[in-house]
Amino acid sequence: MSDKLALDVQNLSVSFPMRGRGADGRRRALLAVDNVNFSIARGKTLGIVGESGSGKTTAAMALARLVPKLAGNITIDGIDFGTLDNEALRQARQRIQIIFQDPYSSLNPRLRAGEIVREPLVYAGETSRAEQDRIIDELFEAVGLRPEQKALFPHQFSGGQRQRIGIARALSTRPSLIICDEPVSALDVAVQAQILNLLKSLQGQFGLTYLFISHDLGVVQHMCDDIAVMYMGQFMEYADRKSFFAAPRHPYSQALLDAVPTIDIGAQPAGGKLVDGEIPDLTLPQTGCRFASRCPHARDVCNGGVPQLQDWPGSTGHRLACHLTGTFATS
Amino acid sequence: MTNSPSTAPLLDVRNLSVQFTTRGGTVTVLDDISFTLERGERISFVGESGCGKSMTALALMGLLPAMGRVSGGQVLFKGEDLTTASPARLRRLRGNEISMIFQEPMTSLNPVFTIGQQISEVLRLHRGVDNAEARDRSVELLQAVRIPDAAARVDDYPHQLSGGQRQRVMIAIALACEPEILIADEPTTALDVTVQAEIFALLRDLGAKLDTAIILITHDMGAVAQMSERMLVMYAGRRVEEGQVANVIKAPAHPYTRGLIACVPHITSDVGALVDTLPEIDGIVPPITRFGRDECLFAPRCAKAADECWSAKPQQSDIAGHSSHSVSCWHPFGTEGSR
Repeated sequence: MSDKLALDVQNLSVSFPMRGRGADGRRRALLAVDNVNFSIARGKTLGIVGESGSGKTTAAMALARLVPKLAGNITIDGIDFGTLDNEALRQARQRIQIIFQDPYSSLNPRLRAGEIVREPLVYAGETSRAEQDRIIDELFEAVGLRPEQKALFPHQFSGGQRQRIGIARALSTRPSLIICDEPVSALDVAVQAQILNLLKSLQGQFGLTYLFISHDLGVVQHMCDDIAVMYMGQFMEYADRKSFFAAPRHPYSQALLDAVPTIDIGAQPAGGKLVDGEIPDLTLPQTGCRFASRCPHARDVCNGGVPQLQDWPGSTGHRLACHLTGTFATS
Repeated sequence: MTNSPSTAPLLDVRNLSVQFTTRGGTVTVLDDISFTLERGERISFVGESGCGKSMTALALMGLLPAMGRVSGGQVLFKGEDLTTASPARLRRLRGNEISMIFQEPMTSLNPVFTIGQQISEVLRLHRGVDNAEARDRSVELLQAVRIPDAAARVDDYPHQLSGGQRQRVMIAIALACEPEILIADEPTTALDVTVQAEIFALLRDLGAKLDTAIILITHDMGAVAQMSERMLVMYAGRRVEEGQVANVIKAPAHPYTRGLIACVPHITSDVGALVDTLPEIDGIVPPITRFGRDECLFAPRCAKAADECWSAKPQQSDIAGHSSHSVSCWHPFGTEGSR
């Protein structure tokens, strides 16, 4: 079982220290990611969706060891990635790479495209210069760039081409896991399709595993095998694609889907289902469902303890964190 | 106000062309744009970045960048040609009869004034009301755009508000003088989808209440379908297709329109019906130095391109059986919804 998993994350929490002390005299800290669990089988894609500030990028950065975690186990390719140190960590970092949202600020403007793709290989330190050249040529072809473009600087490329350079760089160390953090959000609509198609074909070609972070549910539906919906640091719903889009169960997931404007002319205008409530303060311990203040179905029971992810009755693997599971109608 | 006949549209843009003077010479960034807008009507401009959507809006408002100038055509607002209006006249118009909201609510508000002061400024300038009245009216406007506890929030600075609230304040400023036209340039691109839905609902409600015509600039076909009755598809500074939103989305005639609709993954509850590979529009928008040539500027990206596409600019033609649905293409798709 576990050797089929490219990534397994258990009980991951991330906390950011804040200035000042709370009412209890303890240092204030904001719990940005609160005890999330997920795993991705090799060659599959998990999508994390949620509004800005929900903690999706923080969770990904923590599992990549780019921000410190408060707690949790991170296993990549069966290696206990979360506890590695120094040289062992540096070596293991090859296994996990990131494609960033902004293709403008994520490329060093003073390096030529070929050198940008070479950089991770140099840090990994396992390849000769000639081997690196061969890998760079191969990757440029794989992402649809011409060989002579290796000598150009980032500003000489369009946004879509820059994202192709970013993708080639992420592929250079042959990682088992690639974190795609909003990889097409900054691109023009027509170019988005080009990059999404490229990511899919590379996944087949190189057997890649993706952790795909996005706020765009259409893109997530197209790209992902499993979907996790995150709200204020917690997973609210976690299901496979088919089950999720056929019947999203959590009121928050329903509100998110409902808010997406559809090209269906007969459809009702989107939105308006959320309650305009105060959002909870994540520097304090949570005592109830953190979505209750905005939930149209909320009742007293919702403030009695933090709901944990559990299977929807009668299903396996379609899980949600909601006190009201099964007690309100799903549209 | 003017002596135009009552049958004239609110806004009548005729053959509008805009040129930029650059180091490399003169380029045509808007090429023969025509459209009309009726009172209370909602229209969308659609296309990729760099196709002239925002430039059209800026030309209407007399806000072209210094290197740009209107090189031809007219912008008739209630019969008055705005392309020849004096700067003073345009200043009286902007924010009063024609307003605009922008993509980035963080940068369009002044960080050192309270939101109440920024709403009041418009009212004092255009309506000549005194400070006390302007403040009262600001609170009412904040209530109208559904800012909770408006009487207290009127003294907040922009940094104290969330992104969605800032865009609401922008809308309050834009609607303060009950304009006849509101131009919304990608008003929700920087916002979460739940907030976007609320902003759209607000624009629809207030637009209907004030009988304000809305020009929405967007690249999101979903937003077009939800917000507008008519749409105008722009490519490389030209109008390539125009029509009722329902007709255009059901049977897009221009290959570009068709590509824009198909290349976006639309959500469906039936995952089995999903395609594995999205249809692509190859390539990117040409650089503005190519704009204005006597050829179809979409031809390099078009699967249907043939000799004539490269040798002459396609003329606009009406689509049979569909009133006010027109396309500029040598080889448009039929209206039968053929795939």
